[in-house]
Amino acid sequence: MKGTNLGEFEELVLLTIAALINDAYSVAICDELEKYTGRAAKLGVVHAVLNRLEEKGLVKSRMGEATQARGGKRKRYYEVTHAGKVALTRSKEVREALWRIIPGFNLEGSV
Amino acid sequence: MKTSANKPPEPPRWARNLLHWYCRPDLLEDLEGDLNEYFERNLKTKGARRARLIYVLDALKFFRPYTVRKPEFLNLLIHWLMLGSYFKTSRRSLVRNKLFSAINIIGLAVSMSVGLLVVAFLSDLFSYDRFHEKKNRTYRLLTHTESDDKTVMNFASTSLKAGYKIQETIAGVEDVTLIRRGFYSDAKVSDETIVPLEATWADPSFFKVFTFPMLKGDPATALKEPYSLVITEKTARKLFGEAEALGKTVRFDTLNYTVTGVLKDLPKLSHIRFEALISLVSMLGQKADSDGGVMDWSNIYQNYVYLTLPENANLKGIQAGLDKLSAAENTRLEHQKITLSLQPMDKIVFGERLSNEIGVNIPKPVAWVLIGLALVVIVSACFNYTNLSIARSMRRSREVGVRKIVGALKGHVLGQFLAESVIISLLALVLSFPLFLVLRTQFLALIPQEGLVSLELSPQLFLYFFILAVVVGLTAGFVPALFFARIKAIQVLKDASSIKVFRHVSMRKALLVIQYTFSLIFISTTLIGYRQYRGFLSFDLGFTTENILNIRMQGNKSNLLKKELAEIPAVRQIATSRMITSLGSLYGTNLKYQAKGTPDSANVWLNFVDENYLPLHRHHLIAGTNFKNRPTSGNETEVIVNEQLLKRFRITTGNPAEAIGKQVIVDKKPLTIVGVLKDFHYGTMDHKIEPTVFRYSAEEPGGYLNVGIKSEDYPAALASIEAVWRKFDKVHPLNAAFYDEQIEEAYRQFEVMVKVIGFITFLAICIASMGLFGMVVFTTETRLKEISIRKVLGASEVGLIFMLSKGFLFLLVIATLIALPVTYLFFDQVVLTKFVYHHPIGMSELLLSVVVIMLIAFFMIGSQTLKAARSNPANVLKSE
Repeated sequence: MKGTNLGEFEELVLLTIAALINDAYSVAICDELEKYTGRAAKLGVVHAVLNRLEEKGLVKSRMGEATQARGGKRKRYYEVTHAGKVALTRSKEVREALWRIIPGFNLEGSV
Repeated sequence: MKTSANKPPEPPRWARNLLHWYCRPDLLEDLEGDLNEYFERNLKTKGARRARLIYVLDALKFFRPYTVRKPEFLNLLIHWLMLGSYFKTSRRSLVRNKLFSAINIIGLAVSMSVGLLVVAFLSDLFSYDRFHEKKNRTYRLLTHTESDDKTVMNFASTSLKAGYKIQETIAGVEDVTLIRRGFYSDAKVSDETIVPLEATWADPSFFKVFTFPMLKGDPATALKEPYSLVITEKTARKLFGEAEALGKTVRFDTLNYTVTGVLKDLPKLSHIRFEALISLVSMLGQKADSDGGVMDWSNIYQNYVYLTLPENANLKGIQAGLDKLSAAENTRLEHQKITLSLQPMDKIVFGERLSNEIGVNIPKPVAWVLIGLALVVIVSACFNYTNLSIARSMRRSREVGVRKIVGALKGHVLGQFLAESVIISLLALVLSFPLFLVLRTQFLALIPQEGLVSLELSPQLFLYFFILAVVVGLTAGFVPALFFARIKAIQVLKDASSIKVFRHVSMRKALLVIQYTFSLIFISTTLIGYRQYRGFLSFDLGFTTENILNIRMQGNKSNLLKKELAEIPAVRQIATSRMITSLGSLYGTNLKYQAKGTPDSANVWLNFVDENYLPLHRHHLIAGTNFKNRPTSGNETEVIVNEQLLKRFRITTGNPAEAIGKQVIVDKKPLTIVGVLKDFHYGTMDHKIEPTVFRYSAEEPGGYLNVGIKSEDYPAALASIEAVWRKFDKVHPLNAAFYDEQIEEAYRQFEVMVKVIGFITFLAICIASMGLFGMVVFTTETRLKEISIRKVLGASEVGLIFMLSKGFLFLLVIATLIALPVTYLFFDQVVLTKFVYHHPIGMSELLLSVVVIMLIAFFMIGSQTLKAARSNPANVLKSE
């Protein structure tokens, strides 16, 4: 397996998949990412990341049912695997650990 | 927003096909679905156009390593298994349609023979100098001069000093060799054998840089001692016959040279060519060289420096060294800057055009023109194939249908038809080979530079030929193969005529128009070029060249010869000149004129002539007289000038007679103007008439005798002149040519060009005509029933012929409308601007070319349509 460290964008995509629960397919992930991060998520990039995550074993996928909406093409739904959940939790813990040792944190000016 | 009541807009098909083609099947569905979803969304928010654009961009962006499918080997395997079947069906279809197969194969063969010639030619050019062991790291030193008025000249030659300095000052150079050209002398072996020899001076490292195998002698020391001579086998045979040459003495003038080495004859494709090498030190030892400072930094015209660098040499560092070297030396130069650079050896023959080339050099445009012409002809033949195959696709569509039902995929059908066209193209290659052999002899005879290319056959060349044939086959067969691959099996088997054969009609028409446009451009180019070429030959030069024989003096004094020649009855008059004008060589000098206080000086063209020269050539004196002061040597006082010179120096404004008696300074000598000549052509037609002077000289050993012949019997006159010459000079054979022929020779490159283009024109027209013929046959065949019914209903033959041919005639008219203006503009704006003096482009040539093409086309169309129109409708309709 390739390195299990999560890149920033990988982590975001993984979180989005987890958040979308049963509706996590590429276009929905793009939309969700755009909604939460405010930056445009390119389809090609998201696909590449999804492919990589699957290679790393952090997500798994299955094909859905065909509908009229996508020119008759089926969607590929993603789901976070156990390894994915572990990776997410660990990265969250790392962050929280770091946050905890910051003595005081003052946001000056506007965010 | 537009609500589409009719069909909703769809994503672009080609982008989807592209995705289908490259994408891995397991990813495809999802990716395509995403693209579709986005497309639908964008359609609503951004409109159809933007949506399509985004679709295309996204489809392209999906092209990533992980999405690209791996090639499928199974398919290739099936192709391999099916080859036998393809071969069989191809053969059957070839035999079934004899006319069309013939048109295709002959057309391809003819055009390919030209292609083979060009391939062989280029392959020779690129194999120049390959025999040198260090070829990849051998460089030549180039010299660039820039004068005060910013004129830059690039020389292949350089100074000896540069060569020596590089050895001394620049690190990282392996070997440097210095070569000097310009040794012409008579080699005297014994009293009987005296052979004129052209040799090259070279220093001892010559054989370290170049690989010229030495048969006898030691390459390391052969050129070390003064007066050493290294000769080739051929020269050895010339000098000593079969006897041993090594160690023998050869006398040049008053000096004895020793043969220290015999080289194997030079390979044909070597850009350096010589009969003999002489050690460079022998030249440096001779102090009394007319060429004063042999070792000067600015003496850059006769010497060549080649050097080898170690593997992975630091070229930038060496260039920096060269720059430093020239900067240091240039401080001692006035009015001029000299810089140096390195040229890799493989760029010498087929590279930039330089002054003072040591040997062979092919200007790139020539090669491009050759490639272009061959391409046009080959593409034209490919068009024929494409056109005829598609036109006749109905016949074979059933076969394709059955293949598809049995299980052939698109790719298989594509492969089958490509294989077929490649087979045909290989057949054509076999046919074209003898044609190529014929063309080769013609072409070699045509090349002005002797021994430029050998065009010898080699396994490598055969490989290139094979590749060419395969590429031609693939090009010709691609569109038809694609067409067949797209055929829908069920549709074809249900009703063969339902295939839209005529869907490609506009493409086929376009191909015909292109073919004819090129044919027309070629033929009018040939005619105009020929006319211009004849024009150059018959151009009024301002003096006569008729019946004048120019004899090269080859170092002899002329007094005696003149006397003896004058006794030949056929000889009318004899004159002397240093050079022959109007042939392209120029001989310039500096002239100063002091007009009322302001001195003015400029470059003028010059010739040295005697008093008989002007009358013999019937130069027209508009003022003054011929030379009156005729000193035997040196002390000339007079000069004859042309009108341009008066204009340039503003010596007189109106009456040329006012210039007589004025003084000008030529080469520091004050000379008086005694005559003014009407302007004449000193250079070739691409040069403007410029200020020119004639100076007096009675004796020109390096020049020419101009002999006026009055007899009509030239061979007899020549024979008696040759007899006199032989008595007079026993070493050199007579070197004489008629002035008219020399002028033809000077414009020979144009003759060659006209011949080459003329030949290509012939081929292009043949191929285009064959294509047209095929199309006409096909059209009339398919419309035979229609014609019969029309006839039964009362149509006249003339009416039918008109109906059948008007489509083709229309295409020809379009081709004419494109071709003629293009040719005219090409000549008017590009070609003829290079010539200051030329005849205007005649409309007659353009019209003639149209008439020729039209006549051939009429014949092709007329014969077939007439046949169709005359057919008996009862016979045709009965057979249904």
